[in-house]
Amino acid sequence: MTRFNPTRLRAMIVKEIWALLRDPKSRMVLILPPLVQLLIFTFATTLDVKNVDIGLIDRSGGAHAQELVQRIQGSPQFRDVIALPSLRAMEEAIDEQRVIAALIIESDFDQTIARGEIARVGLVLDGRRSNAAQILAGYVNGIAMGYGAELRPEMARRSGGSEVTHWYNPSLDFKWFTLPSLVAIIVSVAGLAITSQAVARERELGTFDQLMVSPMRVHEILIGMMVPPMLVGMFNGVLFLVVAKFAFGVPFTGSFLLFLLAMFIYQLALIGMGLLVSSLSMTQQQAFLGSFVVTIPLMLLSGYAAPIDNMPDWLQVVTYADPIRYFLIIVQGLFLKAMPASVVFHQLWPMAIIAVISLVAAAWLFRARME
Amino acid sequence: MSDEALPIEAAQPQGTPIRRLLALMAKEYAQIRRDPSTFVIAFAMPMLLLFLFGYAVSLDPRATKIALVVQDESAEAARLTQAYARSPYFHVRVLRSVQPARDLMMKDEIRGFIVLPPDFGVAMARGRPRPIQVVTDGTQPNQATFISSYAEGVRANWAMSEMEARGLRNIGPPIDVSQRVWFNPGLQSRFFLVPGSIAIVMTMIGTLLTALVVAREWERGTMEALMATPMRMTEFIASKVLPYFLLGLASMALCTLIAVVMFGLPFRGSILALLLIASAFLLPALGLGLFISATTKNQFVASQMALFASFLPTFLLSGFIFEIASMPWPIQALTYAVPARYLIPALQTVFMAGDVWAIILPNVGIMLLFGFFFFFLCFRATRRSLDA
Amino acid sequence: MSGPATGPNVGIVARADGIVKDFGGEKPALGGVDILVASGKVTGLVGPDGAGKTTLIRILAGLMTPKQGTVDILGAAPAQRLDSIGYMPQRFGLYEDLTVRENLVLYAELRGLSKDAQEPVFKRLLEFTDLARFQRRPAGKLSGGMKQKLGLACALVSTPPLLLLDEPGVGVDPISRRELWAMVAELTREGIGVLWSTAYLDEAELCDSVYLLSEGELLFSGPPADLTGAIADRVISVTGFADRRRLALTRALDRDDVIDGTLQGRAIRLLIGAGHPVPDAAALDLGPETKVAPAPARFEDGFIEKLGGGPDGTSVLAASYREIPPSDAPAIEARALTRRFGEFVAARDVSFTVPRGQTFGLLGPNGAGKSTTFKMLCGLLTPTSGSGSVAGFDLRHSAAQARGALGYMAQKFSLYGDLSVGQNLDFFAGAYDLSGSDAREAIERVTEIFELGTHFRRNAGTLPLGFKQRLALACAVMHQPSVLFLDEPTSGVDPVMRREFWTHINGLVRRGVTVLVTTHFMDEAEYCDQVTLIYRSQQIASGPPDALKARAGELTGAADPTMEDAFIALIEASDADREEAEAA
Repeated sequence: MTRFNPTRLRAMIVKEIWALLRDPKSRMVLILPPLVQLLIFTFATTLDVKNVDIGLIDRSGGAHAQELVQRIQGSPQFRDVIALPSLRAMEEAIDEQRVIAALIIESDFDQTIARGEIARVGLVLDGRRSNAAQILAGYVNGIAMGYGAELRPEMARRSGGSEVTHWYNPSLDFKWFTLPSLVAIIVSVAGLAITSQAVARERELGTFDQLMVSPMRVHEILIGMMVPPMLVGMFNGVLFLVVAKFAFGVPFTGSFLLFLLAMFIYQLALIGMGLLVSSLSMTQQQAFLGSFVVTIPLMLLSGYAAPIDNMPDWLQVVTYADPIRYFLIIVQGLFLKAMPASVVFHQLWPMAIIAVISLVAAAWLFRARME
Repeated sequence: MSDEALPIEAAQPQGTPIRRLLALMAKEYAQIRRDPSTFVIAFAMPMLLLFLFGYAVSLDPRATKIALVVQDESAEAARLTQAYARSPYFHVRVLRSVQPARDLMMKDEIRGFIVLPPDFGVAMARGRPRPIQVVTDGTQPNQATFISSYAEGVRANWAMSEMEARGLRNIGPPIDVSQRVWFNPGLQSRFFLVPGSIAIVMTMIGTLLTALVVAREWERGTMEALMATPMRMTEFIASKVLPYFLLGLASMALCTLIAVVMFGLPFRGSILALLLIASAFLLPALGLGLFISATTKNQFVASQMALFASFLPTFLLSGFIFEIASMPWPIQALTYAVPARYLIPALQTVFMAGDVWAIILPNVGIMLLFGFFFFFLCFRATRRSLDA
Repeated sequence: MSGPATGPNVGIVARADGIVKDFGGEKPALGGVDILVASGKVTGLVGPDGAGKTTLIRILAGLMTPKQGTVDILGAAPAQRLDSIGYMPQRFGLYEDLTVRENLVLYAELRGLSKDAQEPVFKRLLEFTDLARFQRRPAGKLSGGMKQKLGLACALVSTPPLLLLDEPGVGVDPISRRELWAMVAELTREGIGVLWSTAYLDEAELCDSVYLLSEGELLFSGPPADLTGAIADRVISVTGFADRRRLALTRALDRDDVIDGTLQGRAIRLLIGAGHPVPDAAALDLGPETKVAPAPARFEDGFIEKLGGGPDGTSVLAASYREIPPSDAPAIEARALTRRFGEFVAARDVSFTVPRGQTFGLLGPNGAGKSTTFKMLCGLLTPTSGSGSVAGFDLRHSAAQARGALGYMAQKFSLYGDLSVGQNLDFFAGAYDLSGSDAREAIERVTEIFELGTHFRRNAGTLPLGFKQRLALACAVMHQPSVLFLDEPTSGVDPVMRREFWTHINGLVRRGVTVLVTTHFMDEAEYCDQVTLIYRSQQIASGPPDALKARAGELTGAADPTMEDAFIALIEASDADREEAEAA
């Protein structure tokens, strides 16, 4: 009974595209998330720490201490160095979050350096924002180290040190990470949110029965429903690629064809999940909340929000079921690493398996919930 | 006209606002108990979020996968290799040449590699040590920064112990920064992520759930029937605010319990302060939810608006994960309009620092102002009328 | 137009004058309407969907503000009289997750009914509505008729002088409808003024006075007899042409003096235009055996006349339709169709055969199993046991071919509202395998027949109701199927549209198309060649409408029962049989 009937398939696809473009509810899903994400994600979701205020108790007042403070003040990460008269004042300033950290320079700082001994400075950090505090401590350490090396160049030679190179993103520009990842995220939102509406919309409009009594086959209906989110996702993906490359200067070093292929398979996996949600939902509202409940864990477990290496081992196993995980590696690789086809395929097949499983499950569920 | 009017006057005693309010709240309670979507939004989603932020989103580096390319067979190189292998921050694969390390990094199986050059041991013995080479995968800048600083840290420690073993003293860097972390000495990201996720949970109940239940009354036509009774619209709003306010507090309490018992968060403030902060935040959250539903009257649109107007800002623009100070100024300006921006520091303070009223009170005050503003909007938008 | 006559003791509980309400459409929703609701009377607000009934009721309830005009409820504005208004919205206003009792308590408390008064009132209302057994059941789990009664009970917890009921009879089977009317009659005896809105024109005849609304304009107001009286001697029943009734109706309707006509079993019923002499059998020229007899006028006849008469008898659709080749094989066959949902049997052993070129009706109360049977036959539900075939295709083995051979029109408007008329037609042409020039021709043909051209680019969801109906039929017949499935095809549309619709269906049947229809309009059952009555998941009676009416006549002894009488009599007889069997 199968075989594709081009007339019916075409009618279904055309109808789905019109439905997507003419339904004001769907249009919102189409336009708003990509726009919001482009603006907010690109600019707001930086894990850099910049423009923060730091407290200072300088009991030394010596030339070395002043030089150190000036170097901190001159660094772009810090906005103001706020002089604090006492430990009590420092405690308050940190408690009340006027400063995120405070530097304490003891009175014998200059003398200790002059004696050739190790001069210690104290750095108190606000652990409520432990991540920012940690990054900040790194900056302060770096400045202290650099000044120390200037003071006693022979020490540094005796110690050896390390030469650091960052491949693929030499200046560690955070946007080079955010924008390629955004392609993965944006496409996942389109794939899930639009697909999850498809079946639920028919049910809510009462057109589901009408569709079921037509000679349309289940696979024709499902393929028809898959095409618009696929097109929208492809469009968004390519658009963001262009924006990332030309508006933000992120290099795209890999093969564009591989990018399209990977995105196709990635979307199949997402659309399968979206169709699963859709088949389970009776209303568009349920479908929307359902796609939301699915999207959040997929994003958080993908390695975008936090490295997978940091998760407990059992949770790392769970991330193998997350298609975003694989596509994130591919898209970062194609942008920055000139990832060769063999490596891309290494990430492609798990996505293909997820796609097959979710699509088969969606088709099965669609049939099962037809009545 | 009046001569035609019939003397059938309402024979029953007049109802009072309190009685009507109690009846409406009893109805709301029965619905909350029976409606599965309430359960999902008030308890299942919070658990999921708490769980994800407690486990999945860990910014604490543990066992980052790197490779160590050891091109030197000396004892020194072997001891440094040992030092890396023992470090809890790295999961080390030892290789003999650079090419496989490159391949592994291309495949994303390691996040960076360290090269010990061929004459590493000899140079060290001569007292003119060669630097090690640290290569990171810059596609993930945070991890790259982490690897470069921790790799150097491990090496510096190792170098110091080597020199001490040879009787050299005073070999440290001239300026040593000794850091102390208050409130969260273990620097666990969970400590700030979990209070943040409690903020998200309260947003979901206050705004999303409330918007949905009011929109449902419009959609199912029960609003029309209610409006044809002597009920006042104020009573209707109050009957929605009180139950979902309590539900929000209940869910918050449950999350707090889980945070302390399961995730080992400290709770250094007082319960009273927590209650005050949560209550002050629930007001704008509920007000916004009611305003959204009064203007959309449709569950689907209400849920979309609730997510875009409250969930996303709470997530992205509240300082929960992303530092507000690091954002460009237009976005920083935008964050001042996000009530959760004032909740997050207060919540983090009451968990980790204690009752620092200088932080709590101003934030509570601003949240209350937002609350009054949203309720003002909501009362203006809610009229006893079906005219669009 | 003057209000209904009011006796000296009859008070006016609600009055509205010159009400204009505009939603920004082409026509105002209400274009200057006056209405009076008298105490102790049932005032009918009658009209098709979209006539403005709900808007007027909402204005009377104070839920909408008119653009012009005044509303007076017992001497004050509605907002000051909320204690005096009982209102049952179209969707009842029930909380589906709350039990029957919880719903009653909520509305009693909101209306300030004192605690000690509540118990006796609930007892009376539960008895009155026969819901006492279901007090603990959530309202969402009640049947449609029970919900309706509960909605009414909630509006009645405090006895208000004015009761506004918005389409309480919609979707309710004739038995529940009679019960509702009995309840309302009792209320009026207590002096309550009831405004009953309805799209069923037969309900108008039960009201004390009637306001007939169409497209926001009052077409008539006064006692229903005033309307029927004006046409009383112009309604005739014609018999004596055996199986050629459809042809006879077509020819009669094509005459200039006949402004309306319907099938009534083997007879046809005609309304003669004012100013024309009532024709005799010879004048009608429908065959040698033709007999003409006067027939009682109905409210619907009066409405049709007010609307300027029904359409002609010839269907342009049928004229361009393909001739379905004759065949002895049945077009639709149900063989012991049974469907279970868990423990519950929704349809048991339903069997019937519909020969080619006939109309077959599935009748029954809501929830009795007629939709289940219907859905099994059009392939939406798989039967648990039994089998069926459509157009010669077995439902189990060749479901897809069967679906290709049938056309389907759903109960409520179920096309794509955000798509334009043209896009809907394009889609359904493709869905039924029409491509290229075939599709173009089919779309052009139905666009012309149904006069959709001017609306071609308009969103289907914003079409006037009549055009939605036309579009739905157009989509169902574009591929010229040999079998048509119609699920409650004409609920809510005005009688002229219904006539037009049935003219097309009759025309198609004469072309050899077979039609399966479910309906709760009993007069539509008269269009069928055969009907089967499904009750409690089983067929309790089958046969031509005249045969069922005759059986009902034997059962009740009533002379000339209507189809509705037959329906009720047969169901009551079935109940009696079952009770007897259970007792034995």
